[in-house]
Amino acid sequence: MSERTDLLLAIADDELILGWRNSEWTGIAPFLEEDVAFSSIAQNEIGHARALYELAAAELGSTADELAFDRPPEEYRAAPLVQLRRLEWARTIARHWLYETADELRLAALKDSDDREIAGLAAKMDREEAYHRMHAEMWVDRLLATEEGRERLGEAVDELWPYALGVLDDTLRPELAARAQKKLGRALPDVEPIARGVHEDELAELWKEMTSVRRSAPAGAQW
Amino acid sequence: MIYEVFRQERKGQPFQHAGSVTAPNEEFAEIYAREQYGRRQESVALWLAPRAALREIDEFPDEFEMKYRRVDGYSIKARLQEARERAGTLDMAPGAASE
Repeated sequence: MSERTDLLLAIADDELILGWRNSEWTGIAPFLEEDVAFSSIAQNEIGHARALYELAAAELGSTADELAFDRPPEEYRAAPLVQLRRLEWARTIARHWLYETADELRLAALKDSDDREIAGLAAKMDREEAYHRMHAEMWVDRLLATEEGRERLGEAVDELWPYALGVLDDTLRPELAARAQKKLGRALPDVEPIARGVHEDELAELWKEMTSVRRSAPAGAQW
Repeated sequence: MIYEVFRQERKGQPFQHAGSVTAPNEEFAEIYAREQYGRRQESVALWLAPRAALREIDEFPDEFEMKYRRVDGYSIKARLQEARERAGTLDMAPGAASE
């Protein structure tokens, strides 16, 4: 496993697991339009995961499906932030916004990569992520506009902050903190990041559900 | 707020009413319209308009039943053809072979 495939798998796992988590709102989001929008965002994330897995698979002599579904949960590199099951709207928006903000910084760095495949894919992803960010920012602004919203979002952000820091490596963390502080108009708690490599219990549960079809059908089944 | 969404399927085609989205403001309406009517590449452009900005006209009084104003009552095709022949404008009629 090269440093390159390590990086690709980390981002792919983030996008796959977050896409899965976001899709848990399908059918039960606060209202119909949001249901469609958030489900569509979830599908986009999973589409990004597939493209990233394909790039890694080409190097590893594997396939995107094998990488997405045939590894044990402890081998996933997804940041703990996306593993958490937080089926509560303020927390969902807090995570969505924290992740998209972190992802923007990560993609900006990757777009400058000397690896043309990675730089190209990052640019392509970023064009879609721009709408995710717009969606997340609008929601945060909307929650910040009322007292109840500000309180609930603030609580959720504080809870998720060490996880949000864990999405990025230490070179990009200060910029994430600066952006979050600017948006919220206050400093974020000074905490240790909960970094990649940690596996939350919720991940194993999600993995079981996510791979159930794959495991129930013989490998190589065509859909 | 309810926003009415119109979509254009291909460049040059007329926009047609696609449906509506409920959104707290124009920015949310844009996101929701994009996701509902554009995410499958089914549209090349969308128009968004707050429902309140549309003026609906739904009364068309016809007290004297002036049927002769309607085109569905009788066929004028043969009579039109005759008239065109008389006037020598047959080749200018819609659908006529142009040379």
